[in-house]
Amino acid sequence: MDSMTVIGISSIAAAAVCMGIGSIGPALGEARAIQQALSSMAQQPDEAGTISRTLFIGLAMIESIAIYCFVISIILIYANPFWNHVVAK
Amino acid sequence: MHITPDHTIYWQWHFVHLNATIVYTWIVMLLLTGVSWLVTRHVEKSELRRSRWQNALEVIVEQIRRQIREVCPQGSDIYLPFVGTLFLFIATSNLLEVVPGWHAPTGSLSTTSALAICVGVAVPVFGILRQGFVEYFHGYLRPSFIMLPFHLLSETSRNLALAVRLFGNIMSGSLIVAILLAVAPLFFPLLMQALGLLIGLIQAYIFAVLAMVYIAAAVQSQHDVEGALHG
Repeated sequence: MDSMTVIGISSIAAAAVCMGIGSIGPALGEARAIQQALSSMAQQPDEAGTISRTLFIGLAMIESIAIYCFVISIILIYANPFWNHVVAK
Repeated sequence: MHITPDHTIYWQWHFVHLNATIVYTWIVMLLLTGVSWLVTRHVEKSELRRSRWQNALEVIVEQIRRQIREVCPQGSDIYLPFVGTLFLFIATSNLLEVVPGWHAPTGSLSTTSALAICVGVAVPVFGILRQGFVEYFHGYLRPSFIMLPFHLLSETSRNLALAVRLFGNIMSGSLIVAILLAVAPLFFPLLMQALGLLIGLIQAYIFAVLAMVYIAAAVQSQHDVEGALHG
């Protein structure tokens, strides 16, 4: 295998692994957050506005982990610096 | 495939590039200032003769002000122009994605980094205005000077997160639509476009609220916290 094949295989595999594993944690975290928020909203409907605002901010924080993984996968696939280096050579 | 509108270059002169990001940012700016200028030319104080447009703008401004007050209760209206502009700019550029051929300027990392840098500059400025120079920078040394690098690190990483979050969400929305157009045209891209609108509005809200939360954390001096604890 030449270096081009190695870089191609490894970057696509790394992108898949990054996206796959990286979305498990945020998914579990968001599920827990929404579950807690729903049960507290059911207990205290008066506080629904405050709870949902905080929930949205928290979800955005958790979501950003998955977004990092997504951005890294996109970089690995579409804008891979090593790949560009090999192609340019 | 273009991931960001940065690579679509319309006009070039030596080292000056006029890419799609700048052009569509200008369009959003023109739209926002034009509409607000047109509406606020004749501001009517009486309740009866208000125009519909003025009512619409008042609803938006009042909502933004209410949200700011909920995050920062002792805050006055000095945060309204900054946070409101952030929200309106991001929301407009995201919502205009229903227009065919529109490249949302927020789908480029340069725009979102610029917005995040604005937040990163505004946070210490508001903090210093509220607390004074010495008191604000003393906050970095609390509880002891060992925490200084961690404070700096957290400020940097949260601004980075602000930029990458907005960019990733908007870019992934347009990318998914582009991929689905090739796989299953007609119906599915429509659904994803609708989801993209929702995500765009939520991201605009989150960006503005997070900026407000950061500002609120910076302007709350130690005295306020201690006063709240003891009284």
